[in-house]
Amino acid sequence: MSHFIRRQRYLIDFTVASLARRKGKNLGLLGVYTLIVFLLASVMLFTQALRQEAGLLLQGAPEVVVQRMVAGRHDLIPADYLERMGRIRGVAARYGRLWGYFYDPAVQANYTLMVPRDRDIADGEIIVGHGIARTRGLGLGDFIAFRASSGTTFSFRVADVLAADAELVSADLILVNEADFRAFFGIADGLYTDLALEVRNPQEVRKVAEKLTVLLPDTRPILREEILRTYDALFQWRQGIVFVLLAGSLLAFVIFAWDKASGLSAEEKREIGILKAIGWETADVIRMKFWEGALVSLGAFLLGYLAAYVHVFFFDAALFAPVLKGWAVLYPQFSPQPYVDGLQVATLFFFTVFPYTVATVVPIWRAATTDPDAVMR
Amino acid sequence: MIRLNDISKAFNQGQPNEFWAVRDVNLDIDDNCITVLRGPSGSGKTTLLSMIGCLSRPTSGRILLGERNLSGLPERFLTQIRRETFGFIFQRFNLIAGLTVLDNVMLPAYPLAPDHGELVQRATALLEQFGMAGKAASKIEWLSGGEAQRTAICRALLNDPQILIADEPTANLDSRLSQEFMTIIGELKAAGRTLILTSHDPVVSDAACVDRVITLRDGQVQEG
Repeated sequence: MSHFIRRQRYLIDFTVASLARRKGKNLGLLGVYTLIVFLLASVMLFTQALRQEAGLLLQGAPEVVVQRMVAGRHDLIPADYLERMGRIRGVAARYGRLWGYFYDPAVQANYTLMVPRDRDIADGEIIVGHGIARTRGLGLGDFIAFRASSGTTFSFRVADVLAADAELVSADLILVNEADFRAFFGIADGLYTDLALEVRNPQEVRKVAEKLTVLLPDTRPILREEILRTYDALFQWRQGIVFVLLAGSLLAFVIFAWDKASGLSAEEKREIGILKAIGWETADVIRMKFWEGALVSLGAFLLGYLAAYVHVFFFDAALFAPVLKGWAVLYPQFSPQPYVDGLQVATLFFFTVFPYTVATVVPIWRAATTDPDAVMR
Repeated sequence: MIRLNDISKAFNQGQPNEFWAVRDVNLDIDDNCITVLRGPSGSGKTTLLSMIGCLSRPTSGRILLGERNLSGLPERFLTQIRRETFGFIFQRFNLIAGLTVLDNVMLPAYPLAPDHGELVQRATALLEQFGMAGKAASKIEWLSGGEAQRTAICRALLNDPQILIADEPTANLDSRLSQEFMTIIGELKAAGRTLILTSHDPVVSDAACVDRVITLRDGQVQEG
């Protein structure tokens, strides 16, 4: 074993023994420190997982959506707009989409009704999201009745329930066929909610959007990357709100930790004097204190991060889920997929481990550079 | 040989409460001898001893260890000399509470990072030599005054220093333990070490093994 490593081992041995001598105080500090890292890491991990999840789910969405605007508001778009836009280079497919919202007074929630392109649904049947199935207690073959805006009541049979793993964005989703959708909402043939364009080359998406605004001046193109950005902003905003709420406890901890780390008791000063008198160099004392700060903060960081990982990915972030996830009235129930962002870990590490370690070393540096003859008095 | 040339030490120099603890001391301390610095409280014994042991620097004058001038050395080299040449026994023992006897004895060697097995062996041999082997795993707080002092002696000897410095070593011991301590000191001298002690205890200054007693008063050498 090299001399350097053996020396560090001796210093760490002494540091651990020192920490164990003030067991209650140091365990208390470690506990509070771990709790703070746990709270921060939980929020960060969960928000990141949500963004990741939303991003993955939107991968299948069309690159460009075209909405018709009337008086600054979104309006139905005639099918002939598909002809009017003509052939645009780079567009692989274009089609009209039908979707809308329905307010269910029974559970005071909004549902999203949609006509899928890739599934055939029989007349009078629907496929529901997990959130609706859970809230309304629906199973396969059950019937549910909705009163349309025309006053007519429509009865649908549940043909399927959507997979739970996509629940984050499909909790409130109901899929119906085109005929039922048009009849339910009273939308005439030849009209769509919006148009979707698939563009293979991501470099061309902006150009396609530019052409659309020229060809169809009464429409607005919405890009998938913009939706992703919106989700990002939304989750970051929610994360910010939680951080603001945590700020009070964080500040209390910073004051407590700073006081603990930067203040040297008379006993500690005496010990530094003894160590120097018996032949420890100033650098050895500083290294020893560095290890003390590093062991406490690193231990708290690892414990806190691990606890946060378990909390988020094994217990579905039970503490923060209501604030951080749902944006519909029906809260989605979903288990985030384990995902750790290296930069995020580094950021948290930098803001937790680094300041504490510095706060431990600075006062020691001052104490350790004085003459050791104080122990003789 | 340790030679002190015109050594003076001031505290709070240049301030209204400036105080000269040691003034113009010239001394030669021979190798393999027991030298006792004697004097009342405030006479400058401890200040002089701390300068000899490289724990502090003189305000003026030179301290020579053999041919080497210690007064102008940077702190790092002073620490190295302190570690290799001097062993310290403090008045209040200055053992680190919460650690075991064995850990306390091994502490001076930590910065040198010797092989751990070899270090434990060395410390255990010293504890055996001073009848403390049975207490190796005991915490410092559980020791009697005599045991604490023998632990302090073991710690001072761990790095095998040539010179042993003891500040008021019998101040916290009863007469029997003081006599016992002086016997140990005599044995260490017989083993070839140089010992420098401060004390106003007659048990120390009158001990048969002591070679020289230097009396200090008001920071100056009066006799010896």
